[in-house]
Amino acid sequence: MSTATLSLGRSAAMPLRQAVRRAERPARNLAVLMVVPALLFVIITFFVPILKLLATSVQNPEVASGLPQTMIMLKDWDGHSLPDEKVFAALAADLDAAHKTSSAASIGKRLNYEIPGARSLLVGTARVVSAFSPPYREAFLARDAAWGNPEIWSVIARNESRLTPFYLMQAVDLRQDAEGHLQSAPADEAIFLDVLGRTLAVAGLVTLSTLILGYPVAYMLTQAPARIAALMMLMVLLPLWTSLLVRTTAWVVLLQTDGVINDILIGLHLTAERLQLIFTRFGTVLAMTHIQLPFTILPIYSVMRTIPATHLRAARSLGAPPVAAFWRIYAPQTIPGVTAGCLMTFILSLGYYITPALVGGPRDQMLSNFISTYINRDLNWNFAAALGAVLLLVTLGIYGLFLKLAGADKIKLG
Amino acid sequence: MNGTIPLSHHSASLEPPQAEPARKPLVQFQSVKKSYDGKSLVVKDLNLDVGEGEFLTMLGPSGSGKTTTLMMLGGFERPTSGHILLDGKAVEKLPPEKRNIGFVFQNYALFPHMTVAENIAFPLRYRNRSRAETQARVARALSMVHLDTFGDRKPGQLSGGQQQRVALARALVFEPSLVLMDEPLGALDKQLREHMQFEIKKLQVELGITMVYVTHDQSEALTMSDRIAVFHDGMIQQCADPVTLYNAPVNRFVASFIGDNNLLPCQLKLADKDRLRVAMADGSELDAINPPAGRMKDLSLSIRPERIAVAGKTSSPLNNRFQARVGSLFFQGDHVRLTLEAFGSDALVAHVAARDAAGLRAGDRAAFEVPFADCRILEA
Repeated sequence: MSTATLSLGRSAAMPLRQAVRRAERPARNLAVLMVVPALLFVIITFFVPILKLLATSVQNPEVASGLPQTMIMLKDWDGHSLPDEKVFAALAADLDAAHKTSSAASIGKRLNYEIPGARSLLVGTARVVSAFSPPYREAFLARDAAWGNPEIWSVIARNESRLTPFYLMQAVDLRQDAEGHLQSAPADEAIFLDVLGRTLAVAGLVTLSTLILGYPVAYMLTQAPARIAALMMLMVLLPLWTSLLVRTTAWVVLLQTDGVINDILIGLHLTAERLQLIFTRFGTVLAMTHIQLPFTILPIYSVMRTIPATHLRAARSLGAPPVAAFWRIYAPQTIPGVTAGCLMTFILSLGYYITPALVGGPRDQMLSNFISTYINRDLNWNFAAALGAVLLLVTLGIYGLFLKLAGADKIKLG
Repeated sequence: MNGTIPLSHHSASLEPPQAEPARKPLVQFQSVKKSYDGKSLVVKDLNLDVGEGEFLTMLGPSGSGKTTTLMMLGGFERPTSGHILLDGKAVEKLPPEKRNIGFVFQNYALFPHMTVAENIAFPLRYRNRSRAETQARVARALSMVHLDTFGDRKPGQLSGGQQQRVALARALVFEPSLVLMDEPLGALDKQLREHMQFEIKKLQVELGITMVYVTHDQSEALTMSDRIAVFHDGMIQQCADPVTLYNAPVNRFVASFIGDNNLLPCQLKLADKDRLRVAMADGSELDAINPPAGRMKDLSLSIRPERIAVAGKTSSPLNNRFQARVGSLFFQGDHVRLTLEAFGSDALVAHVAARDAAGLRAGDRAAFEVPFADCRILEA
C-alpha cells in the first residue's frame, strides 16, 4: 500500500492519463512512422487523382478565358434579343486574339457540346475576323447568319462561369434549356442512365452467378481432406495469378462463332447452327463470372473456416434433418462472408472495362467503356470525369446501402 | 455449495457396490469394429452394455477409441462391422436426428446467431411442440441450469461455464432417453470443472438419465461414474465401478492410468493356496495378492503410494515391512510426497501423513510398511 501511495504522490503533478500517454508515445510514434509511406503513396496515387477527377468534371475554363472581353460586354445583355454592337466588337477582338493563339478550336469545341454547329461557326469566323471592320454586327451576320440566333449568345453567356454542372447533368441525361431550367435530354441523346442501369445489371448478374457457383466450392474447401483442399485452393487462386487480359482473350477464343464451344456443340449435334456467344450479354457475364469467382469465394471460405464442424453435428443430434441443419445453423453463420464476397465482386464488376470491350456487344458496353471512349476518342476529359464521378457516387452509395442493410458487423472483408 | 464433495451414490461407502439390481441394458455394443483407413482398427471388437439410468464413463488417453465409440453411438460415424443396439433395436444405420439422443460437445457447439432461448428451443422445433409448451419447457430448462434470466442473451455474451450449462439444457430439454457427453468440461478451469461435475451428476441422478460420458480426466471419471470403461489401443481394458477399478486394476495400463501408482518388476517366489510371495529386483521379498493366471514372466507389483506408511505408525501383523532411503520430500498440505530408494527402484513414490513424516529428512534411511493386500501382482 505504501509503495502505491508513494508513486501516487508524484502523480499529483501529472495525472495518470497523461502518464499513460507519455509512456505509450514511442510505440505510437513508431506505429505512425510505419504507416506513413503507404499512406503517402495512397494519397498521392489515389486520393489526389480522384479529387482532381472530381474537379475536372465541373471545370469550365475554355469560354470564359477564351472570350474575356465578350464576357464583360455580355453582362449588360438582356438574354433574348440580339446583342448590340459593343458585344460584337468585343467578340471580334477576342476571336482575333484566339485565332492568333490557335485557341479558337477549343472554344468552339466546348460550345459545340451544347449547341451543334458552334465549332465550325466559331472557327470559320475566327479565320476571317481580322478582315472585319465596323459595324461588326453586320460583318458577323454577313459572314454567318447563325450569329443572329440568340441561343448561341445565351450559351456563351452561360459559360461565363469557370465552374459548370453541365457535364454532371449530361452524365445523368439532364440539361439546361435556354432559360436555365432543368429538363431531360431528348430521347436520342439520353443514353447514360441506360448505360448506368446496364452496368448495375451486369454487375448484379455476375455477383449472383459467382455466389451460386462459389458458395458450394467454398464449403467443399472447408470439408475436403487437406490435400484435396490444397489442390482446390490452387485451382481457385490460379485464375487470380493470370492476367485479366489473357483470360479475357481466352474467352474470345472459346466463345467466338468458329470457336471451341461452338465446335463442341456442333460436334455433339446439340445444335445445328453455330450460336452467337461472343459479343453478347451472356458472353460478358460468363467471362466476368470466371474472373470474379475467386473474389467471391475467398471471403466466404475465410468465414466458413471459422464455423466449427460440431455445429452441424449438434443440430443433427437435436433432431434437425441434414438440409434443415445446414440452412438454419450453417448458412446464417456464413452471411458475413457472403456479404463481403458479393460486395467485393459487385463493386469490382461495376468498373469492368476490358472484358465487356472484348467479349461484349455494343449493347453490353459498361460505363467504363464510355469513360474510355470520351477520353481516347472524343478528348472530352470533363465529361469522362463526370461519368467517373457518377460511377464513384453510385458505388459509394451501394456500399453504404450494403453496410446499412447488412450491418457493418455482418461484413467480414478480412 | 462445495463442488469438491463427491456426490456419487457410492461415496457413502468405499466398498465396491454389492450386487446392484441388474439394470436393463439401454445401449448395447455387439462386436463393434471401426476403421477409418481400412488398414488399422480404431475400435477393436467392442462389447459393452450400458444400463438404463446408468452413468457410464469412457476413459482413456487420446487416440484410444473412446471418442470414436461415442460418435458411433451418436450416429456421426458408422461402425465398420458389428451392431449398436438402442433399447433393443439396431441403430447403426439410423441418422443422428432419428436417434433421440442428447449430445453435449466438447466446445458446446452453441449456435452463435441464436439467443440462448432459441438454442434451447431448437430441438423442440423438430418435435412439433406447441409454442406455449416450447416456452414452458425452455423456461424450465433454463431454471434447471440456473440461467433463468439469460434467455435473451447470445451465447457469445456468456462465460464458459454458462455456455456449458446452456449446452446441457439444450441436450436435456427434449427428454432424450440417452445423453452423450464428449469431454464437456475440458475447456473450463479447475474450480468450475469440479462444480459442473457436481451439477451434472446431480441432474443425472435426479432425472434418472442414462449418460455416456467421455473424458481423459481420471478424477472426473472417478467422481461422476457408476461404471468406468477404460479404453486403450481401441479396446476396453477394464470396465468396472470406480472403487474396483482403483483397488483392483486388471493390468498395468489401468493401474497406472487411474490414480498414482508404483509398478515394480518382480518374480513369483511362492504360490501357495493361501500365500503369495514375490522377490523384488533387489532380492527382497514381499507378500502379495492376485496370483497370475498365465505366464510367469514379466510380472509387476502394483503398490499405490498412499498405501505405504512409515513403519510403526500402523499396527497390523499382515504388513510387509521394508527399509528404504528417502530421496526427496515434498510437502503437499494433507500429506507428504516421498520418493524412496527401495526394491531396486530409486523412484518409489509414497504418500504419508504429514505428521508421520515429521522426523524424516532427505537421505535418511527408515523403515516403511505396506499391507500385503495392497500389493497386487499384474501380468501385463
